[in-house]
Amino acid sequence: MTINEVNTHIVPIEFEYHAPESLAEAVGLLEEYGEDAQILAGGTDLIPHMKQRKVEPKHIVNIKRIPGLACIEETPDGFKIGALAKLRTVELSPQIKEKIPLLSEAAQSIGSVQIRNMGTIGGNICNASPSADMATPLLALDATVHIYGRDGARACSIAEFFQGEGGGNLGRGEFITGFTVPYPPMGAGSAFEKVGWTTFDIATVNVAAVVTLKGGKVDHCSIVLGACSPTPVRGVLAEAALIGKEPSAEALEEAVGFIAACVEPRERWRRAPPEYRRRSSQALAMDALTRSIERARRSP
Amino acid sequence: MEIEITVNGRKRRFDVEPNRLLLNLVRDDLHLTGTKYGCGIGECGACTVHLDGEAVLACMVLAVDADGRSVETIEGVADVNKLDPIQEAYIEEGAIQCGFCTPGFVMTTKALLAENPDPSEAEIREYLKGNYCRCTGYVNIVRAVQSAARKLGS
Repeated sequence: MTINEVNTHIVPIEFEYHAPESLAEAVGLLEEYGEDAQILAGGTDLIPHMKQRKVEPKHIVNIKRIPGLACIEETPDGFKIGALAKLRTVELSPQIKEKIPLLSEAAQSIGSVQIRNMGTIGGNICNASPSADMATPLLALDATVHIYGRDGARACSIAEFFQGEGGGNLGRGEFITGFTVPYPPMGAGSAFEKVGWTTFDIATVNVAAVVTLKGGKVDHCSIVLGACSPTPVRGVLAEAALIGKEPSAEALEEAVGFIAACVEPRERWRRAPPEYRRRSSQALAMDALTRSIERARRSP
Repeated sequence: MEIEITVNGRKRRFDVEPNRLLLNLVRDDLHLTGTKYGCGIGECGACTVHLDGEAVLACMVLAVDADGRSVETIEGVADVNKLDPIQEAYIEEGAIQCGFCTPGFVMTTKALLAENPDPSEAEIREYLKGNYCRCTGYVNIVRAVQSAARKLGS
């Protein structure tokens, strides 16, 4: 937005404020008010949008008073991360840094310390923005999204959640309560790369990679490209080209050569034309794979 | 709506509209005008305050959302007539010119040094990335943070 085109000094719209203290109470409110309601968590997206009248909700449902939605805990299946976990908490968690450094790296890349103290992991994902920085690592690790609604809790894969353009797989009254993020395979190396207008800005392109090696050859490989297609996508052709091969410079060149065929950037997107996104996703995939492989080699 | 917020250690009650921003509550209702309105969209850091001890942007927090919580503004940093070592360091190092961004910088610096008492230059620059200064060019600000770290460490 252009500063001074609108008055960002105030929130110019009037709404009724609700602060439910249970999931059931929140669902009741969201179902009742439907399109007229907006969920408030960190507010870093919602409040500026309201200032600009991009959204004009009649009801604000602040879900931060619901207990238990900000927890981070280790389970046998992976980390359970509550939707209300702050990006800063995800970034600094010693357990996440040790076991899933990719998540910590992606969280650290977002905005400023103040923004990360406010913004939540659920808020980064819930509107299914193709440039969401937490989406690329969650997709690379095949995370599960936990959703709550009228019929209780349900879960879907992060890939399913992103199906369809700009919506997210959420029905009336439903909202994200958290994620289960499986641990990367033993000995995996991972990396997150991003380019934006400034280091502060939303990603123009972001890439996450996870690689394991076996006998010097690539055993497991996932590459996810963000902000390059209507949803974050796996670079399946590039992954297939690397698996079973020694990760030589030539093999990497060949693999990332397939990246442009995996993405579908749109002409109308702000920040960069499609060709920039095709080339940058290829270059960032090369960087992410190279760093992942180095880290996998160093891993015990 | 009736809300209660602890501001600089003192419990205060307010009757606010739900769309009132914490920034405007602090500036207009409490006349604590040290906290500044800069961009209003979370990019400049001039409105940085501490909410339950964490640096956040008051221009993007609803006052009702701060109900029951604790807010510290720049006015709460100095001890009556004695400046905080961070404020002293900003003055001594010439890290202030027009002064508009300074309250935000001091609040962010305070959060940084509470977390990391001896930050490297790279860590300082990374942590202060969300605060803009259009006068100083940041060199003196980085020096001020380093000097404040020494003062607080000794």
